[in-house]
Amino acid sequence: MIFAGIDIGSNTAKAALIQDRAIIGVRVIPTGYHHLKAGTRVFEDLLDQTGLSRSDIRAIVSTGYGRASIDFADKAMTEILCHGAGAHFLDPDIRGIIDVGGQDSKAIALDDQGQVDNFAMNDKCAAGTGRFLEVMANALEVSLDQMGEVGLTADHPSKISSICTVFAESEVISMIARQEKRENIIAGIHQAAAARVAILAAKIRIQRPVMMTGGVAKNPGMIAALETQLNQALILSPYCQETGAIGAAVLASRLPA
Amino acid sequence: MSDTPSPPPKIMAAKKMRDLMTTYYLEALSAAQNHRQVAWITSGGPVEPLVAMDIIPVYPENHGAMIGSAKMGEDLCAKAEDMGYSGDLCAYARSDIACAVVKGGPIGGLPKPDMLICCNNICGTVLKWYEIQARYFQVPLFIFDTPVCHTGYTPEIAAYVKTQVNEYIAFLEQVSGKKMDPARMNAVGKLSYEGQRLWQQVLNTTAHKPSPMSAFDAFFFLALIVTLRGTQIAVDFYKELIAELEQRIKDGIGVVPDETYRLLWDNLPVWHRLKWLSDRFSAHQACLVADTYTSAWCGALKYMDENNFLDSMAEAYTRIYLNIGVDEMAEEVLKMIRFYDIHGLVMHSNRSCKPYSFGQMDIMRIVREKTGIPVLMIEADMVDPRSFSESQIETRIDAFMEIVKHKAGRS
Ligand code: SF4
Repeated sequence: MIFAGIDIGSNTAKAALIQDRAIIGVRVIPTGYHHLKAGTRVFEDLLDQTGLSRSDIRAIVSTGYGRASIDFADKAMTEILCHGAGAHFLDPDIRGIIDVGGQDSKAIALDDQGQVDNFAMNDKCAAGTGRFLEVMANALEVSLDQMGEVGLTADHPSKISSICTVFAESEVISMIARQEKRENIIAGIHQAAAARVAILAAKIRIQRPVMMTGGVAKNPGMIAALETQLNQALILSPYCQETGAIGAAVLASRLPA
Repeated sequence: MSDTPSPPPKIMAAKKMRDLMTTYYLEALSAAQNHRQVAWITSGGPVEPLVAMDIIPVYPENHGAMIGSAKMGEDLCAKAEDMGYSGDLCAYARSDIACAVVKGGPIGGLPKPDMLICCNNICGTVLKWYEIQARYFQVPLFIFDTPVCHTGYTPEIAAYVKTQVNEYIAFLEQVSGKKMDPARMNAVGKLSYEGQRLWQQVLNTTAHKPSPMSAFDAFFFLALIVTLRGTQIAVDFYKELIAELEQRIKDGIGVVPDETYRLLWDNLPVWHRLKWLSDRFSAHQACLVADTYTSAWCGALKYMDENNFLDSMAEAYTRIYLNIGVDEMAEEVLKMIRFYDIHGLVMHSNRSCKPYSFGQMDIMRIVREKTGIPVLMIEADMVDPRSFSESQIETRIDAFMEIVKHKAGRS
C-alpha cells in the first residue's frame, strides 16, 4: 500500500510517497502564493514521476503552514509531529531533531519509541530561521547556496551581537562598510543563527543523537556552527528537506482504514 | 469530521454579573457628584480598609482587562508609546496612562482618583506607574510595601508589613478626614473572607468531569472578587453562581462538548483572543479547567483569620502567588494538576507581565519532571495584540494537543 505526505512550507512545497517502509519518491517545488495549487501540483508531479495515479494512494496527510488548505488530504497534522515521525522513519535511533525552516525553527524531543515528547519553537522573531539567513544573504549579495560553503573558509568569524534580524542586518552592513572579510561575516551570521537555535534545544534538554531536518540542513556552514554550539555531530539525511513530508506519509499509513 | 455538537447552554449568572459591574462603574463614575471619594488601587492591594471607609475602589488593571477584551489595546498602547513610554512596559500600565489623557477605552476612562493605593506584591512596575498617575492627577499616593517571600514568612517581614497596615489606615484617615470604624472594618473583613471562600468554591466546581465552566469563564467571573471584594454583593453573587454550577453538574452539562482532555492555564489571559483560544482548544475536545491566575484572589485564604482580618491581612497580602519563590509556585501548580486531574499545562509567556513570566521555564521543567505531562509555552501579550501571531500559536496548540492525545493514549 502506498501513502502520501504533503508538506506546504512557507518557501517550498514537498511531497513524499512511501510503500512498505520504503520511500518511493519525493518532490519539492516553490510554494508561491497559492497553497492548494502548490499542494496539488507537487503531488501530481510526484505521481507522474513515479508513474502512479491517485487511486493507487491509500491515504494522504498534509502538514506545514498550508496544511489546512489541502482539501484532498485525509487529515492535517502539524510539522512537529511529522518531522518527528519522518526522522524516526529515517533513523529509529534519533532522539532529538533540529528543524530550521523558512519561518520558524524548532527543537523536538522524541521518546524511545520515536513519539514526540516535547518541542520548542522560536518566538515571533525571525532570528535563527531560514528567513534570517535569507535576509543576510541578500545584504551580502551571495546566494543562499553559496553562503553555506563560503562561511566554511572563514579564518576569524565576525561577532554579530544583535538578536533581532533587522538589527543584525544593519550590523552586517556596517561590517561590510568596514570591509571585514565576507567569509568571516558569513561565519558570524551562522554562529548567531545557530546560537538562537541552540537555545531552543536547551529549553527542552534535547538528547542525542540529533538529526537536522528542514531546508537549512543543506547549508554546511550552518551545520558546522550548530555542531559547535550543540557540542555534538548532527545526523544528516539526504532527505532532510523532505523529512516533514515523509513523516506525513508515515502518519498517513497509521490512519484508521 | 463528525458534526459539531450543539454548544452547552450559557451560564445565566453572566448577565447578572454584567449588570452588577455596570452598576459598580456607574457609581464610581458619578462618585464626585455624590460627594464620595475614589481610590485607584492595584489588583493585589488590600482593598478592605477602603470599603470599610466607604471609599470607592477602582482598579486600572480590571479596566485594562476590559480594554483588552474590547480590542482597544492596540490604539491605547500605541498612544502611550507616542507619549514616550516604552513598548516594553506592561500593557496595563501603557493603556491606563494613555486612557487617563484621552479618556478612551470602553467606558470613556476611569473616574478621576482622589488618592492612589499601590501595593507592590504583584510587581515593581506598579510603583512607577502609580507615581506617574499621582503626578498627573496631583493626588496623594500610598505605597503598601510587601517584601518578596522567597522561602517563607519571617517574623521580621510580619512586623514590617504590620507597620504598613497601620500607616495605610492613618493615610486613609488623613485623606478622607474620617476615622476608621473598627466594627465596620471587622464586618468588611468577614465579607471579604466569605467572598474569597466562595470564589474558591466556584473554582473548585471545575474538578468535576465534565467541567461545568472553564478558565475562560473564570477569567470573566473574576471581576467581582477583584472589584467588589468585601461587599455583600460579591458574597450573594457567588452563592448564586455556585448554585447554578452545581445544577449544571447535576444535569451533566459540560462547557466543552465531549470534554476529553483537561488543561491548566498559567499566567494572565490573552484578553483580546479569549474566544479564539477557547474555540481552538474546544476543537480538540480540550477544556482549560483551571488556571493559576484567578486563584490568586483566594489562594492566600489559608493565612487569613476572618475574626481578626486586619492583622492576618498583612500575611495574606504578602504571600500571594506572584510574591513567593518559584519552588513554592511550582508546588501550587503541581497541587492544581492533581486536584483538577490535568492532562497538559499551557503557559502563556506574557510579554507584559515579567514577574509572572520570569519563573515559567523552571516551573515547566519541574512539572515535566514530577508529572511527565506535556507543557506548552505560547508567547503573547494580555492586552497588546501586536505581540500575537495567530498562525504560529495555532500550530503550537495543534502540536501540543497531538502530544497530549498521544500521552493520554487516544491518538
Ligand atoms: S507587570 Fe504584571 S503584575 Fe505588574 S501590573 Fe502588569 S500585569 Fe500586573
